[in-house]
Amino acid sequence: MIPFTLEKARNAEQAIAAAAAGARYIAGGTTLIDLMREEVERPERLVDINALPLAEIRVENDVLVIGALARMADVAAHPEVQARQPLIAESLIEGASPQLRNMASIGGNLLQRVRCPYFRMLDAPCNKRDPGSGCSALDGLHAGHAILGTSDHCIATHPSDLAVALVALDVTMRVLGPQGERSFPVEDLFRLPGNAPHLEHTLLPGELIIDVQVPAGAYSRRARYLKVRDRASYEFALVSAAVALDIEGGQIRQARIATGGVGTRPWRMRAVEEALAGKPPQRQAFEAAAQLAVREARPLRDNHYKMELLPRTIVRALELAGEVA
Amino acid sequence: MIDREPPSRNAEAASRPFPTVIVSRRAVLQLAGGAASLATIPDASAQPAPASGQTSEALERVRLIVNGDARELELDPRQSLLDVLRETLDLTGTKKGCNQGACGACTILLNGRRVVSCLTLAAMHDGAEITTIEGLSAGGELHPLQAAFIEHEGLQCGYCTPGQIISGVGCIAEGHAGSPEEIQFWMSGNICRCGAYPGIVAAIADAAERS
Repeated sequence: MIPFTLEKARNAEQAIAAAAAGARYIAGGTTLIDLMREEVERPERLVDINALPLAEIRVENDVLVIGALARMADVAAHPEVQARQPLIAESLIEGASPQLRNMASIGGNLLQRVRCPYFRMLDAPCNKRDPGSGCSALDGLHAGHAILGTSDHCIATHPSDLAVALVALDVTMRVLGPQGERSFPVEDLFRLPGNAPHLEHTLLPGELIIDVQVPAGAYSRRARYLKVRDRASYEFALVSAAVALDIEGGQIRQARIATGGVGTRPWRMRAVEEALAGKPPQRQAFEAAAQLAVREARPLRDNHYKMELLPRTIVRALELAGEVA
Repeated sequence: MIDREPPSRNAEAASRPFPTVIVSRRAVLQLAGGAASLATIPDASAQPAPASGQTSEALERVRLIVNGDARELELDPRQSLLDVLRETLDLTGTKKGCNQGACGACTILLNGRRVVSCLTLAAMHDGAEITTIEGLSAGGELHPLQAAFIEHEGLQCGYCTPGQIISGVGCIAEGHAGSPEEIQFWMSGNICRCGAYPGIVAAIADAAERS
């Protein structure tokens, strides 16, 4: 770990001023400290934001508001989250370990870095870590990598489970920066790698995530997060699906679907959603719609299995959501 | 009558060639000369002294309450809570396994919540209350979960055990020890490479039932 200075921000203005001058925010630290120890991340100045009053979870006009510094475990266990947005609780419980969920913040979860092995391997080319050096995963170990949104420069998946749920639920996020406050859909936080995979998000210099705002939908309660992985728990997704259904009179009125483990960012499945509208919530309709998920996919040598696993995971998640009373 | 030879003083001496002094492995390592023996340990960041040419801007003054004792410390901001416990406070019950948050061997209770101490900077926890495996027993009595680990043989080599027990205390306190399946899921952050999982799960289930 290279030397750095550590300062504690007493309010948002202090934190933003430090970040605008080049400091990195630190909250739970579970991604950043790990990568600093590997010297993949080399910040010279950290600003600890844990004293800021941003850990509150509340309901405002039917909108669930989750502070950026709320911890994963606290959000997952919160009665309003469980009652109103069970998809968020389930996606959080399926992510990380109990210890990490006690530490990691919601804002940090959204900004966590990729889990591609070459990103952490300092002697291997990686465009994300060292722009222009090349992508070792293209011809290397890539069984876990993306089939959607990839480029010739990067094929790493976004690792967050929570982000998949938030993208499915049309969640917006509020940020505060040197130029003031703005809000935008969580989906727009994440950039595609294109030819600049080192640029991962759309935050402006110094911007601080304040909270995420989850609108109430008719589909919010009939929702499930299904995560397929190499172990039963505490493992990143090979494929995951966040599914929410509004069913009335034996017909799907609206579906909300996003997937993880397959895209270079959390991947909303709008074509699948549209194909399900007006259909009965049954396996045949699920299977026909889920095939659309891989229409634009570009599999590689060792991740071709995701072409089959992705539609199957969506179908199973739809079935599980349909079973929710 | 059979004549018995008195026990040979020589034989006794041979079985105990040195005066009986219990010396821990750790003390031997420290006596053997830090630089030489520690050079083989790959993670040099465990040492508070920065590498040559790299000096930190300033030391942070940090107050920690560790197992009930208030400790005033001056720390390099790079020191993890794990390294401070082991290297500065000599509380080596908390183990360093992966040092990247994946194995759970370094689990402690931080303000009552189980966390991995390798992935947090000690300087960020001024005023925090910490419980390590050393602080679990009271008045010479084992904590009920420690006793249950012995009873159910929830260990083989023992390296992951302090982390397993502290994590198990957290798991029970959180109310996630209601069935073997629930315990497995909520203990998944603690890896046991010996595979003592059946005993670990049984010990936690037993202690949860009695608590």
